[in-house]
Amino acid sequence: MEKRSVVIIGGGPAGLAAAVAAKENGCDDVLILERDSDVGGILQQCIHAGFGLHIFGEELTGPEYAARFHAQVDELGIEYKCDTMVLSISQDRVVTAVNSKDGILTIQAGAIVLAMGCRERSRGAVGIGGTRPAGVYTAGTAQRFVNIEGYMPGKKVVILGSGDIGLIMARRMTLEGAEVKMVLEVMPYSGGLKRNIVQCLNDFGIPLRLSHTVVEVRGRERVEGVVIAQVDEKRRPIPETFEYVPCDTLLLSVGLIPENELSAAADIPINPITNGPFVDQSMMTRCEGIFACGNVVHVHDLVDFVTIESRLAGRGAAKYALGQRTDGAHTLDVKPGFGVRYVVPSTIDPAALSYDEKFLFRVSDVFTDMELEVKVDGNVVYHKRVPQAAPGEMESVQITRQLAEKLVGQTVEIGLRPAK
Amino acid sequence: METKNLTCVVCPRGCALTVTVEDGKILSVTGNTCKRGAAYAEAELLRPERMLTSTVTVEDRRRMLAVRTRSAIPKDKIFDAMRVLYGTRVSAPVQIGDVIVADVCGTSVDVIASESLA
Amino acid sequence: MQYDVIVIGSGVTGAMTAYQLSQYQLRVCVVDKRLEPAAETSSANSGIVHAGYDAKPGSNKARLNVRGNAYMEDVCRKLDVPFKRIGSLVLAFSDEEAKTVEQLYQSGVKNGVPGLRVIDANELYELEPNVQPNAVCALYAPSAGIVCPYELTTAALEVACAAGAEYLREAEVTDIQKTEDGFTVTAGGQTLTASVVVNAAGLYADHIARMVGDDRFTITPRKGEYILFEKSMGKTVGHVVFQTPAGGSKGVLVSPTVDGNLYIGPNANVVEHKDDTSTTWQGLEEIKTCAAKSVAKLDMRLAITNFAGLRATPSTGDFIIDSPVPGFINAAGIESPGLSAAPAIAEEVVGLVRASGRVTMTEREDWTGTREPVKRFREMTDAERAELVQENPAYGRIICRCETVTEQEIRDAIRRPAGARSVDGVKRRTRSGMGKCQGGFCGPRVVDILAEELGCEPTEITKFGGASYMLTGKTR
Repeated sequence: MEKRSVVIIGGGPAGLAAAVAAKENGCDDVLILERDSDVGGILQQCIHAGFGLHIFGEELTGPEYAARFHAQVDELGIEYKCDTMVLSISQDRVVTAVNSKDGILTIQAGAIVLAMGCRERSRGAVGIGGTRPAGVYTAGTAQRFVNIEGYMPGKKVVILGSGDIGLIMARRMTLEGAEVKMVLEVMPYSGGLKRNIVQCLNDFGIPLRLSHTVVEVRGRERVEGVVIAQVDEKRRPIPETFEYVPCDTLLLSVGLIPENELSAAADIPINPITNGPFVDQSMMTRCEGIFACGNVVHVHDLVDFVTIESRLAGRGAAKYALGQRTDGAHTLDVKPGFGVRYVVPSTIDPAALSYDEKFLFRVSDVFTDMELEVKVDGNVVYHKRVPQAAPGEMESVQITRQLAEKLVGQTVEIGLRPAK
Repeated sequence: METKNLTCVVCPRGCALTVTVEDGKILSVTGNTCKRGAAYAEAELLRPERMLTSTVTVEDRRRMLAVRTRSAIPKDKIFDAMRVLYGTRVSAPVQIGDVIVADVCGTSVDVIASESLA
Repeated sequence: MQYDVIVIGSGVTGAMTAYQLSQYQLRVCVVDKRLEPAAETSSANSGIVHAGYDAKPGSNKARLNVRGNAYMEDVCRKLDVPFKRIGSLVLAFSDEEAKTVEQLYQSGVKNGVPGLRVIDANELYELEPNVQPNAVCALYAPSAGIVCPYELTTAALEVACAAGAEYLREAEVTDIQKTEDGFTVTAGGQTLTASVVVNAAGLYADHIARMVGDDRFTITPRKGEYILFEKSMGKTVGHVVFQTPAGGSKGVLVSPTVDGNLYIGPNANVVEHKDDTSTTWQGLEEIKTCAAKSVAKLDMRLAITNFAGLRATPSTGDFIIDSPVPGFINAAGIESPGLSAAPAIAEEVVGLVRASGRVTMTEREDWTGTREPVKRFREMTDAERAELVQENPAYGRIICRCETVTEQEIRDAIRRPAGARSVDGVKRRTRSGMGKCQGGFCGPRVVDILAEELGCEPTEITKFGGASYMLTGKTR
């Protein structure tokens, strides 16, 4: 069986950054396995700008951001195999994959980095009724058709979901000559970045209707229209508000789900809130030597944060593979407190920190004028002002040496409370 | 004197800006957390501009080439620039950063390739 | 064209009839108004091979269900279609429902259902720990099974076509004229002649029958809605779990599919239009509420799609299998248990073809009734996979990530006799797009492969024929 110190599953932004970090931390035989025909992942079809402000201090498009990491991977001589699908992984770190050149590959990895990204929720998961004609696509599928293949999935478009991909596609379809009638959002607030509402909707006069959803698709062969409705506070459609909107296309941007079929099949414990593996401060899952980073752990809104997180995973995997991982004597559980949905990592070993780690989390509702608190066994050890927070935007707390020294106890809790 | 509310689009933070304007001149900008916010407010009110990203056709290929304007162009030129891109065809190979359309629509901004095609 | 037999309809009844006719040296043509087989009732049903206890003793339904069930295992083996005899349970939650279970047991005994028993609550919870804890007893029918209805249909049609049958797609039958020794059938603008016509037109069998003057029955569309869950839910129950029947349907059930998913449904509502397969918000709520009576643990976030099918309910209350006009044979009103009964229905139809005396039924010596085995990468061992990729590298390229479907499997599905012509056609033959992302990743690639195989532009590819175009044009 072939042996590799680190095998990285997925050659998107997470996998590429992890690979570079693994190599820089001393592993010479890193291998990236990518299922698409090129590395770069979903960035290849994200041709809009807005990537890289944190990492490069400039605004890049998706392909440009990917190209920078692709170049680093090439410079460092890191091997990658494209059109290669990983079929299974095991807890003792055997990776089985297939491609048309090598056939079935079985590789014993010193460490594995899971970087498979996420998938879009589909129509069925949101329970939209009606007919099942052509013309209902996820925003990401439409993006691939338009940006890579050069085909229009439709001309008169209603978009359900104001996540960033939905907003970006509203602008993209408009620029390509489609009429985007409206963007509907079931929540009372948008799931996307504010800048995207300005640049993608307001610039083109596309209405955003909050607390609205699609209840029914109509049309036998191709979509002919959708029935939309306002929803009540429990997100149930209000029958008196039903309204028919003619269109030939419904695009869905109704959430992303980490793609963890491989992880689940290998019995890697998964956090039911994030749908991604539980990880520690080095992004190691609860299976020894198996690390995870990027959208497979939790869905990010900025690729820059994926890169930062993935560097930790790459470094952690390299250290593990080289036998340099040091575990401290004590590990604390990290839990979400009031107003916080989840925190990554879910455990922390203060003795094993490098002080470039962060607590990353999302809030559970729209908040203003809050105080963020980090508590250890109920005592506040850190706090900061949070003027505004929304579930669509990830928050973070840098784990400095100063903060790390206060992490003495059993449980770290990160929560909000109203500012005084 | 007039007060306008804007959302800054310079970075993902999306600061809520309040701008006071009189006779086409900006008196004050508040709500921004960095200098770029003030500059954005001024540009947005006086001469709004946006970066344009799109694709062009590649001869004999089954895929498109991603392109963008090198920097932002006036907002009112966006659809004119798109019309130019509708008719633009390139041949591979293309290097990232290659000029695809020079000085698009008289903006003195080039449209460049944002990916390489071998 | 001159045929011995024209079969109208490529649902499970028509396909199974064509399959059984293919063992004879006959010129057979299957015509259908849709682009793909199993496009209507045969694609959207429960996929259950019923044991046969609930049909009225002495009816066609009772007789053909029990016989079809007995044939199914062998038919599926020959057609290389997965079939699992997992057994079914009818749950009773009250003494009154327990009486209904007892009645079902009695009628099952009369119908000749093998192995049928009433089991107590203890045995029930040993069999199905996840059903609601308040059941008092259940009817256990070990002979019930599950099958993929469209795979069975497609496979049967494929074997028929491999044996020489023709398949005329998107050819709606608009007229049938009796001639001296047969019929002239106008289908999709073409004029075909045949000695025998088989009416297996499902929801439209009444229209077809009327074309030859048979107006004894009407077909009413009765809708059933379903919610399908991802495979992680597939082991919630191990049997087909029914509730006691009410209002002329078998009630909302919870069942694994033969492919390892789980579904709930159907409800039963008469609808006005024979093409109304829309799901409704109210209907989906109805089946969720009903299913929760059987199994509490149903996480709706794990639903991957919802769909509805139409039962072809005959005004007579029973399957109509007869010959109202010499040479014209009805296989009409095939509602539940039509899938279970299909091999037996086809056998009867073939008997009526023979009895018409209009065609010579000479057996083909080389006929085995078996389908060329389908390569299913996902079900192979790694050693088998390695060998397959060596043989053809396109088996090493995964197109559908959720269901692990390779490029070559998709090409095979298009190239096989009566092969796929649309995105849904590929989906039903290979499962590409059947998984959690519902074609989000593989959709654009499947469109590309179809365009390449069929020699057309991606803009000409449809989801299921007609004007169901996937794309509306090029961006440039």
